[in-house]
Amino acid sequence: MATTATVGNKSLWAGGVAPLKASYGKLMMWFFLLSDAFTFSGLLITYAFLRWSAPAYKGDPSDFVFSTEYWPIPEKVYDAFPGLHGVEAPLFFVGLMTFILILSSVTMVLAVEAGQRMDKKGVVKWMLWTIIGGVAFLSCQAWEWSHFISGSGVATIGDVFLNGRWVENYEIMGAGLSFNQYGPPAFAALFFFITGFHGFHVFSGVVINIITFFNAANGMYEKRGHYEMIEKVGLYWHFVDLVWVFVFTFFYLI
Amino acid sequence: MEQTSNVVVQPVDKNKIMGIWKIAGILAIITLIEYAFAFMMDAGTLRNVIFVGLTIVKAFYIVSEFMHLGHEVKGLIYSVILPMVFILWLIVALVELEGGAVKSSRGIVDYNPDGSEQVDDSH
Repeated sequence: MATTATVGNKSLWAGGVAPLKASYGKLMMWFFLLSDAFTFSGLLITYAFLRWSAPAYKGDPSDFVFSTEYWPIPEKVYDAFPGLHGVEAPLFFVGLMTFILILSSVTMVLAVEAGQRMDKKGVVKWMLWTIIGGVAFLSCQAWEWSHFISGSGVATIGDVFLNGRWVENYEIMGAGLSFNQYGPPAFAALFFFITGFHGFHVFSGVVINIITFFNAANGMYEKRGHYEMIEKVGLYWHFVDLVWVFVFTFFYLI
Repeated sequence: MEQTSNVVVQPVDKNKIMGIWKIAGILAIITLIEYAFAFMMDAGTLRNVIFVGLTIVKAFYIVSEFMHLGHEVKGLIYSVILPMVFILWLIVALVELEGGAVKSSRGIVDYNPDGSEQVDDSH
């Protein structure tokens, strides 16, 4: 034993020592999130690549009209708010969504904090708020998608590939995977893919939150002696918020 | 309800809770600053750089404080942050270099409704 590395009197290879001072579960959650970050980076870089190589609109933003020939200005696309028909409210709705997701991240931190104090009531309360925040975000996204798909304003005239042949001067209303009224086909396809992939992460996060909420309420973690599961789920939930921060910037602001 | 467990609930540390809400406030304020730039500044490279910069500041607060990475050991911090270098490389290689090359080799020109004068910056 004299030749092996030791911490105090303990051999590093005899078990019982957590590498990087983090538990196995937390460490693996970090590495999973790292791989997930690469996935989202791949998607966002694809978006940036296609946008960079597409024709940009160089005119005055107030004269902007939708066309399939060039990439749209985002705030002209996302300017609707539920209940305010015909009112231009650029980026307001997505701002609300961002606010909801940041708040649900805060309530998750508060749940983790309560867990570290073995406060079961606190954990249950804040997990419930986090679930409500997640569901609210998903509902907002459902509205945004349905508005994006059905379209608004005047139809855009463009050439589309429909039912196996090219149709010239087609009136495009709303958005689908093949063509859309806002810009080049790739614009809506990327919107569906990237916000959809993020939304699916939020959905799985909500499901996991609900499971841990019930486990916490049933006293499972109290019996276990620690609330580490809440911390691990919390890491995932914050990651979803983190990805949204980037999606928000690249899709809605730039 | 009978109290069967002997779990001791520790008291709330007010400073810690205040700290959490402070981070939330910072995130909200940065988002508002982004909105100010979105509405008050014309689109362009400088504005995009500001947006990406502010996004990275927000990401720092979320990862460092909410995800607690700032309070972990150095080895864990570096093993999560350093692989992100590859992302920077990808952005430069695919977006700036490859994207620009595809655009010029396909002869894609930007749309300007004000006139037929097309400014080609590749020359």
